[in-house]
Amino acid sequence: MKILVTAAGDSLESPVDPRFGRAAHYILIDSRTGEHEVVDNPASTAPQGAGIGAAQRVAELGAEYVLTGHCGPKAFRTLTAAGIKVVVGVEGTVGEAYQRFLEGGLSAAEEADVEGHW
Amino acid sequence: MKELVVISGKGGTGKTSLVAAFAALGAPLVVADCDVDAADLHLVLAPQIRERAPFRSGHEARIRPEACTRCGVCRDDCRFGAIMEYDHGDARAGEVGSAPLPALRIDPWACEGCGVCVEFCPEGAIDFPERTSGEWYVSDTRYGPLVHARLEPAQENSGKLVTLVRKEAGKLADQRGRRLVLIDGSPGVGCPVIASVTGASFVLIVTEPTRSARHDLERVMDLTRHFHLPAGVCINKSDINPQISAEIADYCRAEGRPLLGEIAYDPAVTRAQLAGRSVIEDRPSAAAEQMRGVWGKVCEMLDI
Amino acid sequence: MRIAIASGKGGTGKTTLAVGLALTADRPLQLLDCDVEEPNCHLFLQPAFHDSRGVGIPIPKVDVSRCTVCGRCGEICQYNAIVALRTRPLVFPELCHGCGGCLRVCPEEAITEAVREIGVVERAQCGSIDFAHGRLRVGEALSPPLIRAVLEIAEDGEGITLIDAPPGTACPVVAALRRADCAVLVTEPTPFGQHDLELAVEVVRKLDLPFGVVINRAGSGDDRVQRYCAAESIPILQEIPDDRRVAECYSRGEVPALALPEQTLRYRELFGRIVELAQRSGSAHLGEGRRA
Repeated sequence: MKILVTAAGDSLESPVDPRFGRAAHYILIDSRTGEHEVVDNPASTAPQGAGIGAAQRVAELGAEYVLTGHCGPKAFRTLTAAGIKVVVGVEGTVGEAYQRFLEGGLSAAEEADVEGHW
Repeated sequence: MKELVVISGKGGTGKTSLVAAFAALGAPLVVADCDVDAADLHLVLAPQIRERAPFRSGHEARIRPEACTRCGVCRDDCRFGAIMEYDHGDARAGEVGSAPLPALRIDPWACEGCGVCVEFCPEGAIDFPERTSGEWYVSDTRYGPLVHARLEPAQENSGKLVTLVRKEAGKLADQRGRRLVLIDGSPGVGCPVIASVTGASFVLIVTEPTRSARHDLERVMDLTRHFHLPAGVCINKSDINPQISAEIADYCRAEGRPLLGEIAYDPAVTRAQLAGRSVIEDRPSAAAEQMRGVWGKVCEMLDI
Repeated sequence: MRIAIASGKGGTGKTTLAVGLALTADRPLQLLDCDVEEPNCHLFLQPAFHDSRGVGIPIPKVDVSRCTVCGRCGEICQYNAIVALRTRPLVFPELCHGCGGCLRVCPEEAITEAVREIGVVERAQCGSIDFAHGRLRVGEALSPPLIRAVLEIAEDGEGITLIDAPPGTACPVVAALRRADCAVLVTEPTPFGQHDLELAVEVVRKLDLPFGVVINRAGSGDDRVQRYCAAESIPILQEIPDDRRVAECYSRGEVPALALPEQTLRYRELFGRIVELAQRSGSAHLGEGRRA
């Protein structure tokens, strides 16, 4: 299973980026191997609809879970349509967030937690 | 680091003059001019530009004339009327079989960057480069660093440039250990203003006692409520219509939003602007004292 | 003749001027409020609208039974308004500009178009003024199509149409100025006023529109705008003196041009000069590189 965490930097020690669509980087972790890769977010500079563009990219990457700070309604709708579960309100470093998730300390959101334009 | 955003809904309420006064009172701090459509703060802050960078957003279509066969497919496909004919003075329909076709070019002000012409041009004669729609700057001022920007005319202010200016200002504050970022917010209730207020520590709404400003005040109040932002109100030129000022005070009370002060109409505000100074730095005036009072209340709200 | 009243930013008195000109004019005319995000002319005119019609833009509608989720629609869309995911396509109508690209690239012809309303155009007769405005729905970001719809009402020929343009220099103001024959730029005699005027001048010059300047609240600042206009050979059509009573009138929702007799005179003078400007430039301007 692949878990994607929004990151302000490019390592497991980087803080979780609270934004989904305009996050600087994505860190994709494979829970079977424990390996991770850093992926750029091409949508972060989109003039509009960054969250949707980003969600599409996340779907292409094959992630099943997204761990982030906040997720707006359009990105949420897109992720959900692609069968991806979203965990919001995630804080700390990317590595810590991933550990908490593995330990079952994080659960998927039922709906977007912020309004659009975030 | 805390962020104070000053917004007004309607233009011309004296928002920028108040921000300039706050900059003088709160220095040293970091200032961000997010009113990128009509940025005026630099006229008082007299910035020395240290860094500048192009702002790119979306794409624009451009026809390569040497590759264009003037077939007109793009003109028929474009829903924004952005394909213009030129150089057709000689074209006379009905003459010999080969009447010259008009040359085509894309009006960059009408092009919305959809890419339909690029996709369907049979000759592949249309380029689709990124659009440079403005420029942003990091400058030094007498109050601390200023991050500001200029949007080219006819460009869409989607909030992306506002987000960029605000983010850079936040970075600077972290680097320099400044506790406050003061933001001159965007007008209106659309995307740019949303981009300038979300997640702010406190929003100060500047209004004036007129029917139209009163109307716009309700819209920005709704906006701050919608995004769960702490906000307060300040009435500028409050003595122009004491009755509406009183109505606004009642309205704030009913909404549970603090009224942080009133500033009377004072020619000193324009006088300071003419001298390129903030009201605080200019000769002592009633407006300066009242702005000082509002600043004190805002600091309490921000807990700084 | 279509005359646009514009300014580099809000709050300079653009609407007061447009309404004042319409109410004091010596002939019947049209007034079109194109500041569709915040239309204010009606607050002063209090019209009884007799005509209202919705304005929409085309948005895609996907026939899911025909869609093979090939993803071509999402690739061409520059606005992230349509995406094709592993299972099905999603449409975000509020982001769509109505370019029609997705419908054209779809190899399965699974996309048709529906209309999404973005606002309304309302029209009323107010005395001798044929008035109309556009009202953008709250939360809508795309105003140019609505502005264009308001401007469709504008008459051709000798009659006068006053256009209250949106403030600023972004795409909405260009949409409003594009169909004008000349422009009147409203400013104030201050550093902010001059700076915003310079931005507006850049726009009207690029659009190749003849224009003149009105200095509002004259006397409240200094002569920098006059000096700028002289240096740039820009005609100053009128100066409206700074007067606290004007601000008080405006605050109550009254029209200073009607309430204060000396204002009425200035507006009539101004109207004459604007008509002259429009006529003088009309012959020179018309017939130049018009849109295909």
